[in-house]
Amino acid sequence: MPSKLDVTTPSEREIRVMRTFDAPPALVFECHTQPELVQRWLLGPPGWTMPVCEIDLRVGGRYRYVWRNDDDGQEFGVQGVFRDIVAPERIVNVETMDGVPGEAVCTTTFERSGGGTLFTLTLMFESKELRDGALESGMTDGMSMSYDRLDDVTLRSSPQSP
Amino acid sequence: MKVGLDTKRLDATFFALSDATRRAILVRLASGDATVNELTESFSISQPAISRHLKVLENAGLIRRSRDAQRRPARVETQPIADAVAWIEHYRDLWESTYERLDVLLAGELNKRKQREQS
Repeated sequence: MPSKLDVTTPSEREIRVMRTFDAPPALVFECHTQPELVQRWLLGPPGWTMPVCEIDLRVGGRYRYVWRNDDDGQEFGVQGVFRDIVAPERIVNVETMDGVPGEAVCTTTFERSGGGTLFTLTLMFESKELRDGALESGMTDGMSMSYDRLDDVTLRSSPQSP
Repeated sequence: MKVGLDTKRLDATFFALSDATRRAILVRLASGDATVNELTESFSISQPAISRHLKVLENAGLIRRSRDAQRRPARVETQPIADAVAWIEHYRDLWESTYERLDVLLAGELNKRKQREQS
């Protein structure tokens, strides 16, 4: 694997993101569940900030994240409810995204792997259409990634053209 | 790079690839063109079933069948798969840039905690 990150579609209703981190599960878990830490990395593309990050970390507790483009004031948010929490191993939450119909069940696991952590995030949508819709409006329009950044990213990973 | 524009095409590609027999047929065709009869011999399923799978692959643009009316050998087309890979790569890159920031944060936090332990 050229990168540590692996994004797959294990079924037509799912998206799975896997990544390893050079830190123990407890710390990776904290960085996903403590707002003051989350707000330092889960920022979206350059030019976006995360003014709202509320996490009530208990079963039945709610969370809400809002990102804001400081240039044009555009906002995008996600929110949900925690269904299962096993610190620092596993989180299950149900999420909705602004402007995207339906909801997704998100299962996150943090497994010890060597000295680090294998992180797995699986998003299960109600249908394939909703999965594709979430990817398209949630992540391209909603996050409004700038083309500069996109060029930067594509240059860096320089996919081989056939 | 604009990804995700041709949604219908991607749908067809992913649908066509969601079946193990169709993937096996593509692998077989990658090593050389083959006719329905040749494929039927290679796979232990009926000729109509092979034909149906070829139809799905053809609709997705994953194979092309020549106009040769007698044999109509099927040939693999690589562009739709390249497009599907590009689509996945695009989202991979979005996540990766975010997780690289988490790497930096984790390294910083680890350092901080180590120093706290030492002091």
